[in-house]
Amino acid sequence: MDPTPGNDDADAAQVPLPGTRSTFSLDINGTARTVTLDHRTTVLDALREHLGLTGAKKGCDHGQCGACTVLVDGRRANSCLLFAVAQEGARITTVEGLADGDRLHPVQAAFLERDALQCGYCTPGQICSAVGMLGEAADGFPSHVTPPTATTVPEGPAALGAEEIRERMSGNLCRCGAYPHIVRAIEDVAP
Amino acid sequence: MKPFSYLRPRSVAEAVRAGAGHPGARFLGGGTNLVDLMKLGVESPGLLIDVSRLPLDRVTRTDDGGLRIGATVRNSDLAAHPGVRSDYPALSQALLAGASGQLRNTATTGGNLLQRTRCPYFQDVSKPCNKRLPGSGCPAREGAHRDLAVLGHSQDCVATNPSDMAVALAALDATVRLHGPEGERAVPLTGFHRLPGDNPDQDTVIRPGELITEVVLPPRPDGAVSLYRKARDRASYAFALASVAAVLTVRDGRVQHAALAFGGLAHRPWRARAAEDVLRGAPATDETFARAVDAELEAAVPLRDNGFKVTLARNLAIGALAGLTARAAPPR
Amino acid sequence: MSQAPQPPGAPVVRREGREKVTGTARYAAEHAPPGCLYGWIVPATVPGGVVTATRTADALAVPGVHTVLTPDNAPRLEDPDDPILSVLQDDRVPHRGWPVALVLAESLEAARAGAAAVRVEYRTTGHDVVLTGDHPGLYTPEQANGGHPAVRERGDAEAAFASAPVRIDATYTLGGLHNHPMEPHASTARWADGHLTVHDSSQGSTTVRDSLARALGIDKDHITVISEHVGGGFGSKGTPRPQVVLASMAARHTGRPVQLSLPRRYMAAVVGHRAPTVQRVRLGADREGVLASVSHEIVTHTSTVAEFVEQAAVPARVMYASPHSRTAHRVTALDVPTPSWMRAPGEASGMYALESAMDELACALGIDPVELRLRNEPAAEPDSGRPFSSRNLAACLNDGARRFGWHERDPGPAARQEGPWLLGTGVASATYPVLVSKSAASAHAAPDGSYRIGVNATDIGTGARTVLAQIAASVLGTPPENVRIDIGNSDLPAGSVAGGSSGTASWGSAVHKAATGLAGRLAGRTGPLPPEGVTVTADTARETGEESPYARHAFGAHFVEVAVDSLTGEVRVRRMLGVFAAGHILNSRTARSQFIGGMVMGLGMALTEGSTMDPVFGDFTENDLASYHVPSCADVPDIQAHWIDEDDPHLNPMGSKGIGEIGIVGTAAAIGNAVRHATGARLRTLPLTPDKLLPYLP
Repeated sequence: MDPTPGNDDADAAQVPLPGTRSTFSLDINGTARTVTLDHRTTVLDALREHLGLTGAKKGCDHGQCGACTVLVDGRRANSCLLFAVAQEGARITTVEGLADGDRLHPVQAAFLERDALQCGYCTPGQICSAVGMLGEAADGFPSHVTPPTATTVPEGPAALGAEEIRERMSGNLCRCGAYPHIVRAIEDVAP
Repeated sequence: MKPFSYLRPRSVAEAVRAGAGHPGARFLGGGTNLVDLMKLGVESPGLLIDVSRLPLDRVTRTDDGGLRIGATVRNSDLAAHPGVRSDYPALSQALLAGASGQLRNTATTGGNLLQRTRCPYFQDVSKPCNKRLPGSGCPAREGAHRDLAVLGHSQDCVATNPSDMAVALAALDATVRLHGPEGERAVPLTGFHRLPGDNPDQDTVIRPGELITEVVLPPRPDGAVSLYRKARDRASYAFALASVAAVLTVRDGRVQHAALAFGGLAHRPWRARAAEDVLRGAPATDETFARAVDAELEAAVPLRDNGFKVTLARNLAIGALAGLTARAAPPR
Repeated sequence: MSQAPQPPGAPVVRREGREKVTGTARYAAEHAPPGCLYGWIVPATVPGGVVTATRTADALAVPGVHTVLTPDNAPRLEDPDDPILSVLQDDRVPHRGWPVALVLAESLEAARAGAAAVRVEYRTTGHDVVLTGDHPGLYTPEQANGGHPAVRERGDAEAAFASAPVRIDATYTLGGLHNHPMEPHASTARWADGHLTVHDSSQGSTTVRDSLARALGIDKDHITVISEHVGGGFGSKGTPRPQVVLASMAARHTGRPVQLSLPRRYMAAVVGHRAPTVQRVRLGADREGVLASVSHEIVTHTSTVAEFVEQAAVPARVMYASPHSRTAHRVTALDVPTPSWMRAPGEASGMYALESAMDELACALGIDPVELRLRNEPAAEPDSGRPFSSRNLAACLNDGARRFGWHERDPGPAARQEGPWLLGTGVASATYPVLVSKSAASAHAAPDGSYRIGVNATDIGTGARTVLAQIAASVLGTPPENVRIDIGNSDLPAGSVAGGSSGTASWGSAVHKAATGLAGRLAGRTGPLPPEGVTVTADTARETGEESPYARHAFGAHFVEVAVDSLTGEVRVRRMLGVFAAGHILNSRTARSQFIGGMVMGLGMALTEGSTMDPVFGDFTENDLASYHVPSCADVPDIQAHWIDEDDPHLNPMGSKGIGEIGIVGTAAAIGNAVRHATGARLRTLPLTPDKLLPYLP
């Protein structure tokens, strides 16, 4: 981070505040991008208005819909609630970074095949969320509907039935009501 | 949103020093509520002190077998932690009942404790609100308050605390550790959040410049089982209409230890001491549970449109206690 | 993918799907040209009155703020065709949330900060925002939405009701509902060489162009409106909304491109809503359940800006036979945001009441609710007497009942329990009219053997591109891949709005006609095509100008199983099955998505979506997606949508009826009826949240 003008946080209480813009680097889809941004700029607005990546969508701008979901260091997050400056050095993956050249990511291919989208506006967020969610499940993260175990913790990946997928995908609203097909698409990809 | 300066201190001491030097600074954890409130104009700090990368991101065992939870531990990591899932399932369940996967990945333990009410008047800067603008009035009392408080509210404020996690922590006798300009201190979770009284702008007892550094859980009482149950307007991704966290130990058919806390009913997680008094030593029966919960909810003063919360909380609590009794492990 | 011609109804994959799953599909706010300014509206913070002063100095002092438009400096508009577009023209505040200024800045951050710094002073007048069944301002409008007569009477409904052996007299109350498409309304406008180009999030860019031309006082030929990808609309983008006028004005005023998106919280006040209704239904029947009298009387609100009357009593003119009927609408103009279209306006709200009342009648008679409906099938449309072009409600009910296992049901209330869950099932009918509007299309054959179709259709998520390609390909005898489809641009042959479930019928008829003309031209030719190819254009003015002698409607039936948590009052839908009769289904893959999507929105209407008008502040309390609960993934079970293929020669060349809206019609009633079956409690309001259920649980 290189706040402009100069940064001296050695003894912050004694010095004037640093500026309100900074120059820093973000790793976006595997490419380091150096940006100079107003601290108020969120990751979402940085992507959409400064980096030409409009795949992540602005549905509510308040973490209430999930359309802006991206992966930050492999974990899904609402990019509308992240100030870009605070993500300096983070590895950010957007929907544009999922396909391997012309070959769609399996989740993208499953969404297409299952017609798990209509207007498409929530779709990039759904897909990033699904990719992140599959990783969470593989890492054994429980959900609200994972059966509680009083004394023992299950080992290994969490099993993903339809009920688990529905709960885990509930941070992504879809007003077209594509949920049943979204769940099928993810079932197709889930181990 | 006003322009703001941004600092990323490398230590707690540095963070606290920066906060002390700049009134109007805010600590930034996951930001899931703070950024939201800044966009709404409810919060307008001139300086953000990013504490999310401080070395407070670990969950460790305490010497006595409890758990020490760093303030920047993400909600999803805490919910998945094996020690939490095995010994404090109510906490894991409360976290998982809150928000969404994305938000839990971002939100921190400390930030969760400091999230602010979702009262619609508080969130709308074009309207009066004593919490946001002391002395401006409380339109919720006569206005839209279906989701607001039935216990402990005041003439000045009927807001509820929105946290699920804090409700579980209240029932689990957690302690909040704070580091401030005047040193460190520990506050019991049940005393951390306030009732509104005549100064509802103060959500908690935190002092200016103080940073939450960790939350400490005492060891699980021998044989205790716990759970968290929440009722809401949709199946997921919604704040609680009412919720309950319960911790119970039953021996020989009698309640040995009971801790009960309600969410969604008050300005703070509502630890149900009156109910616990009835429960302790009494037979673990539905009749006892009903009597205990009624003893607590006697104090409820519902507003015009939120009386259902009393029934809801009653049903949730009795159901939780009965459910725990049915599966209470025999004490070792 | 097959290279052979596809049979009608083939499940062709959505054409733009790949762009949507890879994030390359661009929406209206994703075209920011170099030098673009960002707009942010300043909404009125009083429920009624006038602006007495707008102080912009602080806003203009915010770094990055370029201009603040107010009625003092905003360009003058001609009289717009819709008064909600008359923004920044005078000092009047007709309702809270009305735009009173527009800040333009070099960044989104500066625009938002600038908007917060605009100081507006008001002189307030008293306001009246709460609809009641006996509101003193109620009047009978000339028409309800859709051009329907406000009142229709047949026989003597009053007397027939009074003398009927079995009577239901019930009043149902619905609050407001919000469309909330995932893409907020947005526009990006730029002027170059006297030509205005706008990317607008709209359901019909021809309509937007025409409205802009009128409001801005310029020729249509100098405006291009593009709606390439649209993130849902559900009616709220069916007509131009203030953002497109504001962005266009601002771009003209500043000489810079302007991008303007509505913040989610501002949408409820400016993009329309489904108006609240109070609906009284009276059914009089004999002991066999045969209806003698049907009356459906509704009251609703509109704003002081424009009259919009939710036509909730209209479906009762279509559904059931009865010699006596009265259907009537009354409305009162309040100081509220202007209501407008929301998915199946009239049908969604009206059929909730009518189909709930039919269930009440079935319960009162002890007749199975499917059977009751079958006993009241009309021979012709009850209101008009016209024959139905096709009517397969009975087939939908019977087929659905069979698939669902309906007849295994114990009709008694509160009869099934599973742990804390009370289980019940419910049924309701659905209907939606066949609508069609004039459209034009061009069909072009290139020398290389490929085809190109141009029609200003809009794909709001329906799969319009895909189905139009299928229609053209089948006429031209070529695989759909060989047909390029150009839509979403007002420079194309004029297309009607993607609304009223009329898109495929309207655009498809024009495409069919142009493609048929082209095929004829090609058939008469020998030798290679000229280098420029061959183009045929056609429009459907003649076809759509003729009134059909038939009553044309789609029908359907919903079957639902719910579980009600006896401790919390939380309702979960376990199963939902719909059967629809909507002519020929033209693409089974995308059609299924539309049916299911409508049913999901109906589930939201039944269980989660609630909006209340704040009597003091004059706005909708639930104005964001945290408080206005559209269903989440966890609320929605696996949903089955089936259809009965209808061969109806009285529709259009494709033989299709619209399918975009019928899925939401009747869903809420089916769920409410299931909740009644599960609990014994008949609730006559929505949504069925725990606060409503708890008083009735054991």
